[in-house]
Amino acid sequence: MSRRKRNIVAQRPGSLVYAFLAVILLGSLLPLYWSFLIGSGDSSTISDQNLSWIPGGNFIANALSVINDPNVNFWKALGNSIIVSTVVSLSVVFFSTLAGYAFAKLRFRGSRVLLVFVIATTAVPTQLAVVPLFIAMSDLGWTGTIGAVIVPGLVTAFGVFWMTQYISTALPDELIEAARVDGASMIRTFWSIALPAARPATAMLGLFTFIMTWTNFFWPFIVLDQNNPTLPVALSLLQASHFVDYSIVLAGVLLATVPLFILFVAAGRQLVAGIMQGAVKG
Amino acid sequence: MTTSALRNETRSPRRIAFGHTLSRWDIKVSPYLYISPFFIVFAVVGLFPLLYTAWVSLHKWDLIGGQGKFVGLDNFAFVLGQQEFWIALRNTIGIFLLSAVPQICFALLIAAVLDNNLRGRTFWRMSVLVPYIVMPVAVALIFGQLFADRYGLINNLLGHIGIPPIGWHTNTWASQIAIATMVNFRWTGYNALILLAGMQAIPRDLYESAAIDGAGRIRRFFSITIPQLRPTLIFVIITATIGGLQIFDEPRLFDATGTGGADHQWLTLTLYLYNLGWGQLDFGRASAVAWLLFMVIIIFGIVNFLVTRRISNNGGGER
Repeated sequence: MSRRKRNIVAQRPGSLVYAFLAVILLGSLLPLYWSFLIGSGDSSTISDQNLSWIPGGNFIANALSVINDPNVNFWKALGNSIIVSTVVSLSVVFFSTLAGYAFAKLRFRGSRVLLVFVIATTAVPTQLAVVPLFIAMSDLGWTGTIGAVIVPGLVTAFGVFWMTQYISTALPDELIEAARVDGASMIRTFWSIALPAARPATAMLGLFTFIMTWTNFFWPFIVLDQNNPTLPVALSLLQASHFVDYSIVLAGVLLATVPLFILFVAAGRQLVAGIMQGAVKG
Repeated sequence: MTTSALRNETRSPRRIAFGHTLSRWDIKVSPYLYISPFFIVFAVVGLFPLLYTAWVSLHKWDLIGGQGKFVGLDNFAFVLGQQEFWIALRNTIGIFLLSAVPQICFALLIAAVLDNNLRGRTFWRMSVLVPYIVMPVAVALIFGQLFADRYGLINNLLGHIGIPPIGWHTNTWASQIAIATMVNFRWTGYNALILLAGMQAIPRDLYESAAIDGAGRIRRFFSITIPQLRPTLIFVIITATIGGLQIFDEPRLFDATGTGGADHQWLTLTLYLYNLGWGQLDFGRASAVAWLLFMVIIIFGIVNFLVTRRISNNGGGER
């Protein structure tokens, strides 16, 4: 009986399982490959009823039309997306770790109620804030600047919750005690004990915040304009100015997808681990 | 507190007192200092706007002219009297259901397949995450063309099996299916990984004893996996609800004009909010829609809660 038990757990699945997964993967890649087929053709490729599966030779030319289009401001958009996503990720990671450490390991009056409040704020939709935020940004003269996109993203409730969960299990109390016995101040203890211990979780939180910020559209679209866009805003302008030639639009779409694709190749493992870890605890 | 006092005893008396007070302050104040950045930023960009939206919604408020006179609930009355609002509500719920239900079913299936003892485990897990790195704006631009009415690949393929072309950009339901497909494309794999994590936390003994009792694969899935997976499923359903009801990117970019279709076929509540605020420059009415949307999300949250509680009662799981 024990032998049979072991069999069920260790059983290797049949080829049907791999075939299923391969079909899913091909299904995910097909829309991207199709975009490449269109993006490497010309303005008539999209209406070609007998579209060839072999790409054409115009991809670089189309990509250059995107980059050189003064309405799209591609380099500016790319630079803005990099700055916004990097600043927001660093800020979210730092402040979330700080707050998460306090919630997980320090005793203070009201900590429980405050943590519940943090979690409750995740249910509030961003739409509820856009009108007053826009009014405030106009009054400050910040509309059209990336500061208007960065400031509302500086902290996230999700990040605080995530770090609280991680630090409460990953950082032994004895380590903090020991540092305190050695006379380290509170901030010193945080900096040299808590921060290093939380590093795996901070890396994942940074990764997810980066992707969320990079792909964010609604608020940047409202507050930025074509002179100073982020990549998603620039892409939306691309459709408005080139809807007659979708080979250029889809070349631009692929171009905008490349940076996150590189990130995925480099850090895909951590992404998978992060989603799975967050789920177990969340 | 005591530890630092102990250590300081070796030093001069005056320094004991000073160090002691400092350290006590440090311990008392530091936690609040550490959590304050979150609360300060949230108060400014979250809480204040939330309340201010209510204030704006009670006034005549123009994007250019600014605050006008107090109008009470007139903006709400106006919005609720508009056919567009009800169409947008119907579309939002329609797109939400068309995306959430198939998405969670399919994610469960993928997760169950990934839960096997696979060769190249990490590769397959990563592979379902590919669509997640394509930004929604890009997904919308790609699928807007795949679903093009005249030359789209999908109508082209349907033609090969003898189905006449579908008006993805004219027909209400067809456009909602197309938009739901974009959402499903991006999020199914992501949710599958969350569910997979939940599945892996289920003790393997349960499957083994069920198998010994003669329960087949399907039976094991429905009588062990699903009930055990309940907390994870609730998490996935709630996140899908909050996100799904706020949908904007995909309907906005589904065509080149971005207003939700000539007959509002795929106008959603957030798109309606945007059109009112930044199309008609009426912030009062846009704020009213924001609050109505918030209420819709709360109602759906409560419904979700009641439904999932029922599942838990009927599921008979021990937890």
